[in-house]
Amino acid sequence: MSQDSIVHDDDGAVPQTLPSDPSRRFWIGTTCAVGGVAGAALAVPFVSTFAPSEKARAAGAPVEIDISTIPPGEMRTVEWRGKPVWVLHRTKEQLGTLKQNDPFLADPNSTRPGFTPPYAKNEWRSRKPDMFVAVGICSHLGCAPTPKFQTGPQPSLPDNWDGGFLCPCHGSTFDMAGRVYKNKPAPDNLEVPPYQYLSDTRIIIGVDEDNKA
Amino acid sequence: MADEKSVETTGLLGWIDRRFPLTSTYKAHLSEYYAPKNFNFWYFFGALSLLVLVLQIVTGIFLVMHYKPDAQYAFQSVEYIMREVPGGWFIRYMHSTGASMFFVVVYLHMTRALIYGSYRKPRELVWIFGVGIFLCLMAEAFFGYLLPWGQMSFWGAQVIVNLFSAIPFIGPELSIWIRGDYVVSDATLNRFFAFHVIAIPLVLLGLVAAHVIALHEVGSNNPDGVDIKAKKDKHGRPLDGIPFHPFYTVHDILGVTGFFIIFMAIIFFAPEMGGYFLEFNNFLPADPLKTPLHIAPVWYFTPFYSMLRATTDDFTWVLAGASVLAAIVMFFKTKGLAKLIVPVILIVVAVLLRAIDAKFWGVVAMGGSVVLLFFLPWLDYSPVKSIRYRPDWHKVLYGIFFVNFIVLGYLGTQAPTDIFNLMSQIGTLIYLAFFLLMPVWSRLGTFKPVPDRVTFHAH
Repeated sequence: MSQDSIVHDDDGAVPQTLPSDPSRRFWIGTTCAVGGVAGAALAVPFVSTFAPSEKARAAGAPVEIDISTIPPGEMRTVEWRGKPVWVLHRTKEQLGTLKQNDPFLADPNSTRPGFTPPYAKNEWRSRKPDMFVAVGICSHLGCAPTPKFQTGPQPSLPDNWDGGFLCPCHGSTFDMAGRVYKNKPAPDNLEVPPYQYLSDTRIIIGVDEDNKA
Repeated sequence: MADEKSVETTGLLGWIDRRFPLTSTYKAHLSEYYAPKNFNFWYFFGALSLLVLVLQIVTGIFLVMHYKPDAQYAFQSVEYIMREVPGGWFIRYMHSTGASMFFVVVYLHMTRALIYGSYRKPRELVWIFGVGIFLCLMAEAFFGYLLPWGQMSFWGAQVIVNLFSAIPFIGPELSIWIRGDYVVSDATLNRFFAFHVIAIPLVLLGLVAAHVIALHEVGSNNPDGVDIKAKKDKHGRPLDGIPFHPFYTVHDILGVTGFFIIFMAIIFFAPEMGGYFLEFNNFLPADPLKTPLHIAPVWYFTPFYSMLRATTDDFTWVLAGASVLAAIVMFFKTKGLAKLIVPVILIVVAVLLRAIDAKFWGVVAMGGSVVLLFFLPWLDYSPVKSIRYRPDWHKVLYGIFFVNFIVLGYLGTQAPTDIFNLMSQIGTLIYLAFFLLMPVWSRLGTFKPVPDRVTFHAH
């Protein structure tokens, strides 16, 4: 292994006394630079293959849902862009608990950017108070929180639980408006997707004033 | 210059040796590679890691012959291997048990390096290549775990890929780019398959070669941490060295036999290992609309996963406080330019700890706890290599570190509760403090005299 002695190429093809040629240095540098640019450019198609394909993008089309069949206190899950979207019909009592939760929430007024469209920046985080629409994916690491609408003490939840959602992965809790409680791993409230009412009984998910289908 | 090299060997071997360094390579790495004669059982685990690597490659090749990397067929094809391919269940259990056993032997191999100081000068590169191998193994295990397309495969990948979305500014785009879709999907499965069966194994094999070549360049350490090359006989062979072959090849066969007894017992009697080697939820096909009630990674990731979960908003106050404290100490204890630069960096870190989401710092804690290992050779200032000659309270510290690592691992498998969260926060602090304060504690205490020659009693 590596015990070879250094070879002195005294009689070699290249005389050691040859002065360095500045123009050669320049062309070596130029060749390396141009070759490097070509190599970097070659990486572009490889890197771009990782982005969502046209097929995956097309699958992100809007979804329509009939909300007249959801009784108060019940929730339906629909799939939009492969994500579960919850449509929850909240009862009067459930809406009544929202205000009193404010001091225990990380972002009670949904001021943090990116999770709440302007029309949902209100106490109940929805266009109409009773119908709550949210992406059922925890803002922490993408698990699906479990509905825990029953109030009162139960495993993994505080004793004064007012109903809401519990993420089974890391224990983040959310209230009935998908607002995250303080000091939980999840940094943000649950995302409200773009949606609008087509009529009093129909909602379309994936479309609103700023997002065309 | 002669047409052919002159060599000692004759016949066919001579013909080869004049064209290819067969005999000299054999001598350099086996029959004339002198290893210290006082190796104990801890030294089985390097050879065993190599054995498991070969097992994983061979079983992997046979699994790929029946597996379909397609979100529609992946789960079925694994069940097909288990139920209908003759002997398929055995190959698959060898591969799944092999994954866990790989981490068992590698963790023990790393423990050996830690307690005997095998990462110390001149073996820094051996150690760095080794940590690189550990990272590759984690990547292999992670990519491979998606392939059966069960519930845990799917949601585990979902959680880990979303870790990248915590990176400020580019995070959300980056995680979509990694998945190739808005959620973990067929595109994700296909690329993970490519990484698992070709990309990472190529890197892994290169690193294993570099690890062994670097080791053979500097020679093996031993339980006494004594340099055997310091005392040589008249032929230039280390007095305390014995040729790797036949002495350690035979020695390792004993280890291999013991390993196979345990390995086969697991395959035949407990291939799921009570949900630790194969999680029960993974026997359900992946369902993107339904998260399992409790998501936990496979056991070998759980110590690092605990550190991820431990980093909550409150905990960043503790870390920021520790950072400020370190800045003050560094300001008074260091001299020259470091007196200004190091405290300033630490203060900036403390500010960022509060300015950026705890979610991001959880990812940093998890990644950092592995990356920290790369720097180990430059954190340890103890005058002796081996734990045998360290002060007794050092042994206590190592004991606390290892127990803490196992406790963190246990906590990572459990559902989060307040008390467990507090325990993993304390555990994270112990883990970080063990390494980050090593430059301080490793030089303190009364060290025992190191002998000139290794301690060895003939059997």
